[in-house]
Amino acid sequence: MDENVAEYIRRTVLKIPRDEIKMMLQKWGFLSEAQLQTLNFYQIKDNISQEVVHLCEENSADIKQAAVLDIIYNHIYQDKRIWSVYQMKKSGEELEYFDITDFKKKFKRRIRSALKNVTITFKEYKDNAIWIRVAWGTPQKKPNQYKPTYVVYHSQTPYVFISASVLKSNMPLLCQALIVASNYHDIREMELRSHSLNSLKDIVFKRYSQNFQTYTTKPLQGGNVEPENADIRIVQENRSEKERIYRVNQEVFGSGPQPKLEFAQYRLETMFKSDPKMDVLDKKEPFRCLVKFSSPHLLESLKSLAPAGMADAPLSPLLTCIPHKARNYFKIREKKGLFPESFVSP
Amino acid sequence: HLAASLPLPSERDHLRPRIDLVVFMIDIKSKYSLKNVETSLAHVDASFFLGKVCFLVTGVGRVNACSIETNAICKLGKAYCSPVLFCELELEGIRVATAQRLLRMLQICAGHIPGVSALSFVSLMRNSDDD
Repeated sequence: MDENVAEYIRRTVLKIPRDEIKMMLQKWGFLSEAQLQTLNFYQIKDNISQEVVHLCEENSADIKQAAVLDIIYNHIYQDKRIWSVYQMKKSGEELEYFDITDFKKKFKRRIRSALKNVTITFKEYKDNAIWIRVAWGTPQKKPNQYKPTYVVYHSQTPYVFISASVLKSNMPLLCQALIVASNYHDIREMELRSHSLNSLKDIVFKRYSQNFQTYTTKPLQGGNVEPENADIRIVQENRSEKERIYRVNQEVFGSGPQPKLEFAQYRLETMFKSDPKMDVLDKKEPFRCLVKFSSPHLLESLKSLAPAGMADAPLSPLLTCIPHKARNYFKIREKKGLFPESFVSP
Repeated sequence: HLAASLPLPSERDHLRPRIDLVVFMIDIKSKYSLKNVETSLAHVDASFFLGKVCFLVTGVGRVNACSIETNAICKLGKAYCSPVLFCELELEGIRVATAQRLLRMLQICAGHIPGVSALSFVSLMRNSDDD
């Protein structure tokens, strides 16, 4: 077995937490059950990985099998990476039957026609997700297995989720191969990025609970808004205001869990509005500024701002439009014309 | 009665009993909290400031998260002749002790303790430095 493959397998196994190694090797299916029985999973990881490499040598593993193990690891630990969303466009309305073998063949052919030194691996999952792992090389060098790009494609949708390696120069080739293989004619990057792949899917597939506008003018006489207020000696003076905030918040965010995003970024290219007497950059040129909100769970924290008394309800539409517009990167420019307010660029 | 700010909503005026003590809670981690208290103070009748108002500063346990200078709060207390209490709500012992102090103050303000009135707080506030 190639020593690079051996080293790659060893390092991949070392990444896995010790109590998950057995499960992942079983998922991998490359080592037989009998071989797995011979492994001692209670020793230090260094030794476990050496034993795994030894067994892989017995089975003559090559880079293809090692890549599959890497996909399995990254599928389970997908939230460690940052994912971007790309949307593909079809030229016509023809509904074509999706053939997975055809897709794989076209994809590999397109990439290989431009670059010979690549490792391409596919794995299909039950939820119709096709995981593609591409390790890139150059005409002179073998592929770098430690910096691959991962692509997740749901064949019934025009969306592709890509976790790019640092080698961004291969992106155009990757995008081309994707549209050729899937019979689309264009692809564009959406302004939507997050660690949580499932949340990105929830947003673009519209799987999260969405609010529906209710046109009742009178607040619904529901049950107690705050169930923890059991002590009748405590009187809430601002009960009606609290209920209004709760209702408005529910309307805006919906009642279900929010998709998990870690940041929202607003790039401002607006004019600095100051007292004309101060003569500070007043309307001479745009004041460039970047505002970034970060949080372990941004949308849930935005949802809890008004009930916690830290912001007025309803929140600014710039914040609440994030799931509907499927974007968390915005450019805000001056609106020229009747209303001198800023607007969000498409 | 808990309120987020003053003035109190007028629709509940008829349901409210006599107010004996007003405790303004300031979260030392939030500048907004101090601002809110400062604006609400304008809605309190002057007669309350004879011992029936107190400032309670919460969150002092989290030293790294302080957004407000204790100086500013002490100045506020001096300006309104009202005592300032510091506490940390996340610690049960301090929470209980603070509640007991407030209850004691309330008993005095409501006139339940013979021989002591709310005015006593005002005289107890004076520092020897002031003279």
